[in-house]
Amino acid sequence: MRIEECFGVGKLTLSLHGELDHHAAGHVSREIERAADEHLPVSCVLDLSGVSFMDSSGIAVIIKARRRADELGASLRVVGVGRQPGRVLAAAGIGRIIDIEASRE
Amino acid sequence: MKETNCVKLEFLSRSVNEGFARAAAAVFASQLDPTLDELNDVKTAVSEAVTNCIVHAYPDSIGKISLRARSFPDNSVEITVRDWGCGIPDIEKAREPMFTTGGDERSGMGFTIMESFMDRVKVRSAPGKGTAITMRRRISVRALGK
Repeated sequence: MRIEECFGVGKLTLSLHGELDHHAAGHVSREIERAADEHLPVSCVLDLSGVSFMDSSGIAVIIKARRRADELGASLRVVGVGRQPGRVLAAAGIGRIIDIEASRE
Repeated sequence: MKETNCVKLEFLSRSVNEGFARAAAAVFASQLDPTLDELNDVKTAVSEAVTNCIVHAYPDSIGKISLRARSFPDNSVEITVRDWGCGIPDIEKAREPMFTTGGDERSGMGFTIMESFMDRVKVRSAPGKGTAITMRRRISVRALGK
């Protein structure tokens, strides 16, 4: 899985590309933590528009990212959620605790 | 009900095989002409079952996982993911949403996702012997060209 990082005016955007499963999740979580600690952002955006597949390992990644953002006093939005990742997040009820925006498919 | 087709795969509990297993299950299920949502639901459920084997059945070792896919005349697909790992001591507890023994790397939603995306999920397990998860999903029959 490839991760693009963009930071400016307090906003950290991480764009994920590929399949977000258990095989990729450890690397993704470590990269999110590293980027958050390096930039100390005010707001974080996780862009999933390049994620072609996600299972419940992705839910753990998002919950960990939310926890890290909370610790830094930053907000977290998950954007560009495609149909398959969206169905996984909906089945888990994650929309109740994290701000999620669907992609424009 | 007699099966119309069957495949069986065996692979090691290496995380790189999660993608292989769900892709193989999807290729088999595609014989039943599923919609993209149906195909993704089967892929997701298989990914959860195989990840459970890798994370929980063989936490400190590499073991064998088998995946059997069968299709039936009612246009349903049945997938069985089997391991010979440590087993699940309390299946009811393991199936509860948010329950996990995998720490903060896991969400505890694997069984919830399997149950949401498949019509039926059956779990058989014995401590020290392993676990078999059998999942079934009926694929809608569509008119030709739809």
